[in-house]
Amino acid sequence: MKRHLISAGDLTRDDALLVLDTAEELARVSERSIKKLPTLRGRTVVNLFYEDSTRTRISFEAAAKRLSADVINFSAKGSSVSKGESLKDTALTLEAMGADAVVIRHAASGAPHRLANWVRGSVVNAGDGTHEHPTQALLDAFSMRRRMGRIEGLKVAIVGDVLHSRVARSNVLLLQALGAEVTLVAPPTLLPVAVDTWPCQVSYDLDAVLPKSDVVMMLRVQLERMNAAYFPSAREYSRRYGLDRERFARLHDDAIVMHPGPMNRGMEISAEVADSPRSTIVEQVANGVTVRMAVLYLLLSGSEPAIGGDL
Amino acid sequence: MSDARNQARAVLEGPDIHRALTRIAHEILERTKGAEKVVLLGIPTRGATLAFRIAERISQFEGVKVPVGTIDITMYRDDLRLRPARPLGRTDLPAEGVDGRTVVLVDDVLFSGRTVRAALDALNDVGRPRAVQLATLVDRGHRELPIRADYVGKNLPTSKSEKVKVYLQEIDGRDAVLLIKGDDRPGAGETNGER
Amino acid sequence: MSTILIKNARILGGEPCDILVRDGVIAEVGAAAGKAGPAETIDATGLIALPGLVDLHTHLREPGREDAETVQTGTQAAARGGFTAVHAMANTSPVADTAGVVEQVWRLGQEYGHCDVQPVGAVTSGLEGRQLAELGAMADSAARVRVFSDDGKCVSDAVLMRRALEYVKAFDGVVAQHAQEPRLTEGAQVNEGEISGRLGLTGWPAVAEEAIIARDCLLAAHVGSRLHVCHVSTAGSVEIIRWAKSKGWDVTAEVTPHHLLLTDSCVERSPVGPYNPIYKVNPPLRTNEDVLALREALADGTIDCVATDHAPHPVEDKETEWAAAAMGMIGLETALSVVQEAMVETGLLDWAGVADRMSYRPARIGRLSGHGSPLEAGAAANITLYDPSVRTAVDPAAMASKSRNTPYEGMTLPGRVVATLLRGRPTVLEGKLV
Repeated sequence: MKRHLISAGDLTRDDALLVLDTAEELARVSERSIKKLPTLRGRTVVNLFYEDSTRTRISFEAAAKRLSADVINFSAKGSSVSKGESLKDTALTLEAMGADAVVIRHAASGAPHRLANWVRGSVVNAGDGTHEHPTQALLDAFSMRRRMGRIEGLKVAIVGDVLHSRVARSNVLLLQALGAEVTLVAPPTLLPVAVDTWPCQVSYDLDAVLPKSDVVMMLRVQLERMNAAYFPSAREYSRRYGLDRERFARLHDDAIVMHPGPMNRGMEISAEVADSPRSTIVEQVANGVTVRMAVLYLLLSGSEPAIGGDL
Repeated sequence: MSDARNQARAVLEGPDIHRALTRIAHEILERTKGAEKVVLLGIPTRGATLAFRIAERISQFEGVKVPVGTIDITMYRDDLRLRPARPLGRTDLPAEGVDGRTVVLVDDVLFSGRTVRAALDALNDVGRPRAVQLATLVDRGHRELPIRADYVGKNLPTSKSEKVKVYLQEIDGRDAVLLIKGDDRPGAGETNGER
Repeated sequence: MSTILIKNARILGGEPCDILVRDGVIAEVGAAAGKAGPAETIDATGLIALPGLVDLHTHLREPGREDAETVQTGTQAAARGGFTAVHAMANTSPVADTAGVVEQVWRLGQEYGHCDVQPVGAVTSGLEGRQLAELGAMADSAARVRVFSDDGKCVSDAVLMRRALEYVKAFDGVVAQHAQEPRLTEGAQVNEGEISGRLGLTGWPAVAEEAIIARDCLLAAHVGSRLHVCHVSTAGSVEIIRWAKSKGWDVTAEVTPHHLLLTDSCVERSPVGPYNPIYKVNPPLRTNEDVLALREALADGTIDCVATDHAPHPVEDKETEWAAAAMGMIGLETALSVVQEAMVETGLLDWAGVADRMSYRPARIGRLSGHGSPLEAGAAANITLYDPSVRTAVDPAAMASKSRNTPYEGMTLPGRVVATLLRGRPTVLEGKLV
């Protein structure tokens, strides 16, 4: 049975389109004065956040509240979790509280899969380690479709630290299902060894890829990577893989620039590119609430979820 | 076709539907003094189509352009948890909005009244109409809530186990209302089965 | 004066015959043995008789982690698996790096009597990789340690490894290396490849194992010493060991049952979904090509023996997210079944081959006396009786080990150990501990 949204791979093409179409309707709700819907009244959504991510947590919280769900925020800091309570015991606690859905953010890849073994409700992955972040991919696809009018056939470049990026993994799976052509662009050190088995193209050369791209998605690069010898210096990274004004000028006129945030301005993206009208970075945040509403609605409103996968 | 197996009987054909909608259009004009400040809101999917047809008739008769739109009630249903999560319909309010206007809700089949109850809730969240009226192509009885239609195309006596299915040219390629017998599944017929 | 007559056993899968055991020694083998007067009888009709199995690599957890396993429960598991001697790795707490600790472990084995326990001594003090442990003292102790290993950690310092290899020559010892280049495996979780990339788990490259094996083979050749390679897991390692052996160097190697049967695809797909830490092990499960290469290498003798790397962990150390889980799986009670499945059913080894890889050769590598001898008159009566004809679903709850972390739960595997005799004394009969 469909039950969870842990991987973008859990979504068929039809599932993904249903989420986007539902989000499209829900976006209209966000525009009216009464933004609240009664749909999930009496349902409980737990935000279980083991990593600090105020943006994502607030986004899920707003989505659940707009659908009238009860929201419980369970953050690892200052709770029994930080005192060494196991994920399983936390799961059993949430189960006892009657959580219909658990939105989990965790530093360990696969934690949502483990959690799904111990709770009866739906598990929604809000980012697990270096694995996946499916609602981010959905909101990216939604933002793309709103700007470009379509996803099928779009040429999307995903640029940066693919190796450690849950956003990249989810986007590759989702965009492939939706018919976009994805090219990953990164220094070889920041690509997984078997990336050639992924359903996408791979390039080390940003300048060669840019003129052919409709969408350029810049990934956050963490400076810690520099100390682990993934690249020699921030400046060299920025010079070879950063999106600055000169590179931006080489994009065709309709192309858009995306970033999942938070950005390192001046590192992977220059300030003027981030703030340009062709950047979707701000609307990605607004679309995040809408898309997460769609996901929660499709998972929780009925007798069983309309989307997602099982273990 | 499954209708044949289930012993479907056409209770309204194309011309009957045409006449019924014409009558409803006239009645609306009469009751609302020339459709002044009226907004037609159809409940997707077929109620929306009917709303557009009625609006078209009104403009033919009186030359008035009645604002028309759609209001999806899925998020307000009281039976959401009885079935798997379902896709949303379109809510498209006319630019004029609904505040201070007479909203005529349009649906294809009036049955338990629960859809209309949901529509009233949905309407409440998008504005404050002066009055709300209800038009339906078929009233098949068996109300479960204190709701009645102001405009009815045809009153159709049915048993609870029967199903009423409305076909419209724009969606289904033909106009007809079928009465389908013999579905004894538990719960069958408790909604009109169209959404 | 105990006398046991084993009737109709098929020694190494051969024709049925009788084995007469008297005073812990095989007195007679063959039809004549049946006429030996009054004796306790074991009907071994349909059963294969193997020399008692010898394991070069287990973790019995005592002292220190008695919540996971003890010498008692570990040797009970060993007996149930058909073993008559097991080597106990040194990574206990305290570490088995002194004569005191190894003697304690050895004595516990003798006291319980389910299976001989041969302690492995640490190569470096505290497994810290800085200073040699007192290898000679352990060799001279009652435990007569011959195998030295920092298993769980790699002796990565080339100079230290060279010295250890040289030093153990004085008492015919062997250094058993856990081949894992530490820098290449920082934070590593699963085999680096397709699956690590998809699952977003830090990759554990094959080269981290192969580079150390290559270096150690060269070092062993250079100083003229013996090297044993623990739990070989990659096709590349096999190639290197094959090359070293072709040079005539004294290099031996082991493979675990799980590396002969399971692949890293288990991490992506299991009955309870992906990331089930029951499959988390060091070295990690590798690819199908690796499994096939390991089987072939075991068949042709490039890999000398099967060693379980039995690594018990309590439930709470496995019921966690992947990264937080402990590495290792239990294996003593399923080893022979897995070898039958992977090697015998596939036609790669016959039962004589199984005896060689699971008894003769490991005993020889460990310089164990009284184990690993052919079932002939005069040999110590260490005998395993095995029924290869049954297939059963693996049930962790039915195991003797204190821990339940078997990766085979629910899998149907062939064979069952019916009886184990340690120096003529049954430790297991009818599949149950005596």
